[in-house]
Amino acid sequence: MMNQTQTTGALTIKLIVLAIGALLLFAPFLFQDVRSLEVAARICIFIVLVASYDLLIGYTGIVSFAHTMFFGFGAYGAAILLKGMGPGWIPVILGALAGVGVSLVFAIAIGLLSLRVKAIFFAMITLAAASVVLVLVSQMSGLTGGEDGITYKAPDLFKPATKLLTDDEGKVVRLWDVRLNGKLAAYYFVFATSLILFLLMLRFTTSPLGTVLKAIRENEQRAEAIGYRVVAYRTFVFCLSATMASLAGTIYAVWLKYTGPDTALSFAIMIDILLMVVIGGMGTMWGAVIGAVLLVLAQYYLRDLMGAASEAMAGIPVLPNLLAADRWLFWLGIIFILLVYFFPKGIAGTAMDKGAAK
Amino acid sequence: MSLLTLDHMKTDIGQYAVLHDVSLTVPEGGVFVLLGRNGAGKTTTLRSIMGLWNASPGSVKFRGQDITQLHTAEIAKLGIAYVPENMGIFGTLTVDENLVLAADKGRIDPVRLKRIHELFPALERFRDKKAWSLSGGQKQMLSVARAIMEPRELILIDEPTKGLAPAIVDSMGEAFREIGQDSTILLVEQNFNFARKLGRDMAVIDDGRVVHQGSMEAFAADTGLQDRLLGLAM
Repeated sequence: MMNQTQTTGALTIKLIVLAIGALLLFAPFLFQDVRSLEVAARICIFIVLVASYDLLIGYTGIVSFAHTMFFGFGAYGAAILLKGMGPGWIPVILGALAGVGVSLVFAIAIGLLSLRVKAIFFAMITLAAASVVLVLVSQMSGLTGGEDGITYKAPDLFKPATKLLTDDEGKVVRLWDVRLNGKLAAYYFVFATSLILFLLMLRFTTSPLGTVLKAIRENEQRAEAIGYRVVAYRTFVFCLSATMASLAGTIYAVWLKYTGPDTALSFAIMIDILLMVVIGGMGTMWGAVIGAVLLVLAQYYLRDLMGAASEAMAGIPVLPNLLAADRWLFWLGIIFILLVYFFPKGIAGTAMDKGAAK
Repeated sequence: MSLLTLDHMKTDIGQYAVLHDVSLTVPEGGVFVLLGRNGAGKTTTLRSIMGLWNASPGSVKFRGQDITQLHTAEIAKLGIAYVPENMGIFGTLTVDENLVLAADKGRIDPVRLKRIHELFPALERFRDKKAWSLSGGQKQMLSVARAIMEPRELILIDEPTKGLAPAIVDSMGEAFREIGQDSTILLVEQNFNFARKLGRDMAVIDDGRVVHQGSMEAFAADTGLQDRLLGLAM
């Protein structure tokens, strides 16, 4: 019944996302170094985190600064239980459930209390809640490890020493030169769970409920006049978004085997999420993939790239200095400004508008 | 039997009193036309019925039930649909998605959809098009179609002919006549020639007060009254 109008831009974006998916699927075999695997896993997790934020900001117009708080609840849930109960799947599952439970309590409370107010007040309330949680986590060092965070062991399956497949001599089997060990299993755990969560969110946005959200985003009063309680729907989406962010936090905690305020709760992560959603394009879901890929790649490789460019330009006046590796944040800012200028609706949003049926 | 009763309704928007004293009885069935000059309070009356503006003091009763304090969404669920002046469609959604929004539990009744497509064939032709890309007349059709996606007892329609080509106005009139057989329509209209062909009963609102209520037939025959209340001679 609800056929979406396909544009050439939309098709291109979907193909790019499909290509990114394929690259992430084969990342351990295509890029055989620790750093690349780290980048690929971070991209997977941030795709879920940014997509869950896109549900909020892109589909209902809610601006929240508490998204890392929910991410942190999921991460700390798993971290505290893995530390307390030791490595295993039960602490991971219980930690995920605890993280989701706490996230839902906070989301319902914040949602019902403050989604009736104007957007700016809601944003301020979420900022205050996130700040309080960050301070609390830093101070409750007995439970959370304070500023130092918690280091723990992941389930045995994910130990680098774990052999997924062995040959006749008991040695770990290699596939295309890649050892089939626990690290590979950990990556595919991250990839598979992220893929499932992303597809669930994608399915949600194309469901009739997703259509209601788009209607609310466009005009609240019109949606109410058809019979939709906007506050109830917004609270529901806030809860769904919080749940997804919390689960992303749990996956990150299992992957990193360390959870601290800097990795799970800091405002730097919130800014990253905002940049990713703006660069990728709000209200598309596909934009979350593109935004996460671009920003994570820039964070990991722009510095190296500029260092190499600076060396290559040695002898030319000014340029080596301008492209010095230490200036990578400056150039990242320039790139961001250019992206916003040329893609006002984000890369996916602008591209999907191209060739739209008139 | 009266379907909707407004009793000494008063509505303030910010610090401005827009409706001073609106009392109105809309009988069940047919088209009830609310006439009035620009700024008389016609749109505010419809928005107050829908709970989009707070009517206080005074009351709005639908089938005898006081709905004055109900939330807009609850009022809509009672079976009252609203077609606003600016058409109220969702431009970023397709024609079909706009219709799905108004369908109970997001499921479109195929029999009803067929009827809508018979009433407004353009909506079948452009069902996958984004609503913003439709013409003004098609947008108005979509807005009305959405209001009748589910059986509604009362449909509030605000100036549906504004800015439309005469041919589209005629087909809109045909559609309203047919819809009026199953539902009651409370129609706000400035186009008196359009309204007189449709309306069975009518009222005139001026400066936030109902200044006349009666049958359309009698009002249409009394040119002196029309001139005095609507300034049609000007």
